[in-house]
Amino acid sequence: MSAARKEEAARRGVFTRRALVLGGIQLGALGFLAYRLKKLQVDEGERYATLAEENRISARLLAPPRGRVLDREGKVIAGSQSNWRALIVAEDARDVPAVLETFSRIVPLTEAERGRIERELRRRRRFIPVTVREFLSWEEMARIEMNAPDLPGISVDVGATREYPEREHLAHIVGYVAPPAEADMGEDPLLELPGIRVGRAGVERFHDKALRGRAGSIRLEVNAVGRVIRELDRREGQPGQDVQISVDAELQRTVRARCEEGTSAVVLDARTGEVLAMATQPSFDPNLFNAGVSAAQWREWTSRRQTPLINKTTNGLYAPGSTFKMVVALAALEAKVCTPGERVHCPGHYDLGDTRFHCHSRYGHGSLDMRGGIKLSCDVYFYEMARRTGIDRIAAMARRLGLGVDLEIELPGTRRGLVPTREWRQAQGKPWNLGDTVVHGIGQGFYQLTPLSLATMTARLATGRAVQPHLTRAVGGRPVKGMRPDDWPPLGIPERDLKLVREAMWAVVNEEGGTARGARLPGNLGQLAGKTGTTQVRRVSREQRERGFRVESMPREWRPHALFVCFAPFDNPQFAVMVIVEHGTSGSGAAAPIARDIMADTINRFRQPVTAPPARVAEAAPGTARP
Amino acid sequence: MILPDNRTYERRLLMRGYSFGVLEKLWAIPWLFVLLLCAVAGVGYVALLSAGEGVAEAYASKHALRFGFGLVLMLSLSLVDIRVIARLAWPAYAVGVGLLVLVLLHGNVGKGAQRWIDIGPVQLQPSELMKILLVLALASWFRRASWERMGNPLFLIPPALAVLVPVALILKQPNLGTALITATIGAAMFWAAGVRLWKFAILFAGVGLAAPIAYERLHDYQRARITTFLDPESDPLGAGYNIIQSKIALGSGGLWGKGFLQGTQGHLNFLPEKQTDFIFTMVAEEFGLVGALGTLALLALVIVFALLTALRCRHGFGRLLALGLGMNFFLYVFVNIAMVTGSIPVGGVPLPLISHGGSAVLTVMLGFGLLGSVHVHRDVEFAASHD
Repeated sequence: MSAARKEEAARRGVFTRRALVLGGIQLGALGFLAYRLKKLQVDEGERYATLAEENRISARLLAPPRGRVLDREGKVIAGSQSNWRALIVAEDARDVPAVLETFSRIVPLTEAERGRIERELRRRRRFIPVTVREFLSWEEMARIEMNAPDLPGISVDVGATREYPEREHLAHIVGYVAPPAEADMGEDPLLELPGIRVGRAGVERFHDKALRGRAGSIRLEVNAVGRVIRELDRREGQPGQDVQISVDAELQRTVRARCEEGTSAVVLDARTGEVLAMATQPSFDPNLFNAGVSAAQWREWTSRRQTPLINKTTNGLYAPGSTFKMVVALAALEAKVCTPGERVHCPGHYDLGDTRFHCHSRYGHGSLDMRGGIKLSCDVYFYEMARRTGIDRIAAMARRLGLGVDLEIELPGTRRGLVPTREWRQAQGKPWNLGDTVVHGIGQGFYQLTPLSLATMTARLATGRAVQPHLTRAVGGRPVKGMRPDDWPPLGIPERDLKLVREAMWAVVNEEGGTARGARLPGNLGQLAGKTGTTQVRRVSREQRERGFRVESMPREWRPHALFVCFAPFDNPQFAVMVIVEHGTSGSGAAAPIARDIMADTINRFRQPVTAPPARVAEAAPGTARP
Repeated sequence: MILPDNRTYERRLLMRGYSFGVLEKLWAIPWLFVLLLCAVAGVGYVALLSAGEGVAEAYASKHALRFGFGLVLMLSLSLVDIRVIARLAWPAYAVGVGLLVLVLLHGNVGKGAQRWIDIGPVQLQPSELMKILLVLALASWFRRASWERMGNPLFLIPPALAVLVPVALILKQPNLGTALITATIGAAMFWAAGVRLWKFAILFAGVGLAAPIAYERLHDYQRARITTFLDPESDPLGAGYNIIQSKIALGSGGLWGKGFLQGTQGHLNFLPEKQTDFIFTMVAEEFGLVGALGTLALLALVIVFALLTALRCRHGFGRLLALGLGMNFFLYVFVNIAMVTGSIPVGGVPLPLISHGGSAVLTVMLGFGLLGSVHVHRDVEFAASHD
């Protein structure tokens, strides 16, 4: 027994040693854990505290409401409407295709939509929501909300979409908005937000920064699945500012009603250059850009001969034809190459060397002074004046009157047009011939001018001030310079010369024999002064001329364009109107009556003087304020 | 050495040889240890209260109920004579292996592995139970070991098989973590029983050779765990998510913590399985390093108590049993906390008495019941069975 006891004692000794070793290992291991904890919680605590804070706090941008665009009476022409939409956050959805699959069982998605969503998800950071579907109906929303547990990462919210109550009437002026292009990203963090739109054309584009506003930010406490627990703080952004433009929506509608397809019209306040109406037919409905233009719609717009998307008042380029003759007359007077009373004989044609230039009157106008030349629109008179004045002086006068220069109107993409000079031609490696000068005397040749610039020319002739056409009246309630006649410097053309030209334009409409006798204003609306223009789009060959061709027999697209510029009332010019009827055949026949009606509409609309400008900003000197 | 031999009741039981009165047994129950367990469970209650957003009904009250039930189980077991337990060791082991086989055939699949069987209202995880039954069986086997027998390699074959069979069955579930823990407990038992060091050297060499082959046979998710462990940031939204969020929760707790119910990681659901495997991060986030080390100290005291019980026991069975049970508890604690601190791969091991989950509480309390029995019967004499 003692041996057994001895062995038992020895074994207990071994056990004790080994158990203590194991215990030591265990306590050592726990000590290691304690060390790990200390390292994590104290030594690296700050780093993890930051990470926890980032985990917890999610900063989001707040999209400011986009500013509205108002017409001169304060009517909303670009506003916002609620847009219920479904968004997806890739980070929360984890398995995006599966979620989209489930979603499309609730609200069907087309292949194209899915492609767009996946593209946008790739483009944006994982926590930025991407629009899955906009313009949800109540029923669709309810179904999405009901199935929310099966749709991780999907949320429904209300955004704002652009609404253009005037539809196609103001499309070319207001423009439209569209999702930002990839190239715009990074410029403003706001642009990454879902549903954000940027101005793509017109005033929406020009005043995009003001309309867009500045993004606010919000810091939210969120949990791991992105659910918002509460709002920590909020920095309000700056809502987009309202932009008031000078166009009168009601007049615009009336003007458009008077325009057929291919007709463009501009109505300016001649004293200030404010655009009161600006119409191009055909037009488009900018609301269609909200939901994205379908490929078919886009094809229809771009393939039509009469391109609806293009604002032809600012982007259409035409030869001015006889409407240019006032420019030549003023250039000749300034160059002192003739006197107003000096007579030029018109036999119906004008010979320069062995080239013969024809007058529109086959048998000639006889002997004409400058007033008669304009009134009857005699080509021969202006061939002679152009020859005497020279192309460069004509071009200089044209520029002073607002032709071929940048008019700085708030419509991006506006063409400046072309007023040729000797230098311009030589830059092309071609000589400038005297024959070219002669042709340019009647507004034909290389001229490429926009209807807007011709309207500007008319306004400048009527008021003698270098008014520039413009659309903005106020941004964010602050008036903009240029709404008073005094804001514009005088043209520097002698009043005597201008008076002569204006009277000649009056004669065009109001005197026996004037080319636009039919354009007199009805009733007591005052007197109209204007000038017709008819510009060939195809050369008339000698053969045709000898056969005594009739334009009516030509295909429509070969017929000349019809132009008419005018201002009224003659004794106190307030409005300038320019109308061009593409292939309208004759300025007096097609354009003048429309211009007359538009002028009558305009005068009727503004029976009282055109809306007085908003009160001046405080720093304006009291003496300069208008009564 | 440690034991003073002169306590009256000890003498009495030596004389009586077989049993002593229930009242005396109740007196002998380690009440301080019971108090310690209550303290640990109390930490669990607070942590689970927080995990339930302050609502006791969510997890905490169930936890308390289970612990109470476990406590009754433990106290009753403590009164059972250790010699009866020793006699039941192998039959119990057989039942455990049977359950493991059953779980493979009819178990519920959870997270890609068959681990649970439903027994009435409770779910049983036989692999957890098996660890304790293995400790029992090995203690029973080595109790009879003499020097001479220990020297005979053939004597080591049955206990080695007793370890390998459940390990293989658990691996088959598959549950790599528990299999490794079971194997480790087995190894500790062999070591404590006095198996020579060089035999361990051979064993580890064998394991070292087998490891690459075993890696080949691992399930993808198991390999993912190992690779994610090596570099958790490599896949922050995938498998590494748990580890990263857990470390953020721990780290952001700092020295003093964010305060009860103030932990953002847990309350904002960044922590996965915060009420079960990651409960320790709740404690560490809200009560800081102080709370974490305090909890760790309580758990260490439990381990120390098991060790002391082993050292004070006069019979080999009790010694080995207490040591194995202590090792089992230690491995729970170590693997869990090492896991949440990102020190070892995520293993799905709960923190005993603190994590929410019925099976774990009951198994652990069963173990402590056995430990209590060892403590109460530390001086009993086993019938001479040195045959």
